[in-house]
Amino acid sequence: MSNLQVSLYRYNPETDSAPYMENFEVDTQGRDVMVLDVLHMMKEQDNGLAYRRSCREGVCGSDGMNMNGKNGLACITPLSEVVKDDRLVLRPLPGLPVIRDLVVDMALFYKQYERIEPYLQNDQPAPAIERLQSPEERDKLDGLYECILCACCSTACPSFWWNPDKFVGPAGLLQSYRFLVDSRDTATQERLAELEDPFSVFRCRGIMNCVAVCPKGLNPTRAIGKIREMLLANAT
Amino acid sequence: MVTNITNLGRSGLSDWMIQRVSAVILAFYALFIVLYLLFNPGLDYAAWSGLFSQTWMRIFSLLAFVSLAAHAWIGLWTVTTDYLKPTAIRVGVQILVILSIFVFLVWGIQVLWGA
Repeated sequence: MSNLQVSLYRYNPETDSAPYMENFEVDTQGRDVMVLDVLHMMKEQDNGLAYRRSCREGVCGSDGMNMNGKNGLACITPLSEVVKDDRLVLRPLPGLPVIRDLVVDMALFYKQYERIEPYLQNDQPAPAIERLQSPEERDKLDGLYECILCACCSTACPSFWWNPDKFVGPAGLLQSYRFLVDSRDTATQERLAELEDPFSVFRCRGIMNCVAVCPKGLNPTRAIGKIREMLLANAT
Repeated sequence: MVTNITNLGRSGLSDWMIQRVSAVILAFYALFIVLYLLFNPGLDYAAWSGLFSQTWMRIFSLLAFVSLAAHAWIGLWTVTTDYLKPTAIRVGVQILVILSIFVFLVWGIQVLWGA
């Protein structure tokens, strides 16, 4: 079996005037390792290579990147899933400013996440022990709370590419719905009022790139549809 | 808070609703016209003019024109906010689009009711 040919996006703003693609040859010894393992092997060849990683098991969401054209987490993506003809192209998440190599500036992504106020708001007196939920109320949070904010979805979304300052993006909207639907949250009206403009929610065109790339198998498009239903029910 | 002044409904929710309702109206109108043409092969001026002289057809047509105007305003406004980043160009194109839609709408009404 021939070695894996990796084409890697490189950019170091201190020394490079423009980004460029650099070719690496990696010997995986025929094993079906994860893309993150390949990056470790490349870092042994060039320790100047920069990328984010932490838990290496799909929980922390640090190593979101674009692998052969599709966003995903390098640590839980086996080569057999992305590599064709022994060629692998690695790029940073699209649409965000590049700090260095595969490391992107996620400030806008976090700004949109902050905007939806991702915490429980309840104006009723706190009970002695805890706010209870019925099993049915708790079930509504499934498919929402699991998001790890890796940004694979939002950076695969053209609407987020064009208007990242105004469109909340799939990741933020999934979390927005997580709090809108939570039986313990009483700020529903205030939350909805912040979302009814033409950009925050309605810039979603429903192309479902977010669903196609989510490494956790979540469905932001469905959550966005639910937010639209809530807005409609509230205003008609 | 995101504010907007050149979109049709001033609200994303309202634009979204108008876009969907107008799309359904336009679908019915297009379907009706296509079926009418299919079921009336040797169509002449008198029959065509007779169709448009009836009140229900004029109301249906005007509804379709207004729907088209609203649909185009919302759709093209969205396109300009996606692709035109310099403010002067974006606002200029938006004003041009809105004025063109106004002209086409009035022209359409004149054709419909003037004959």
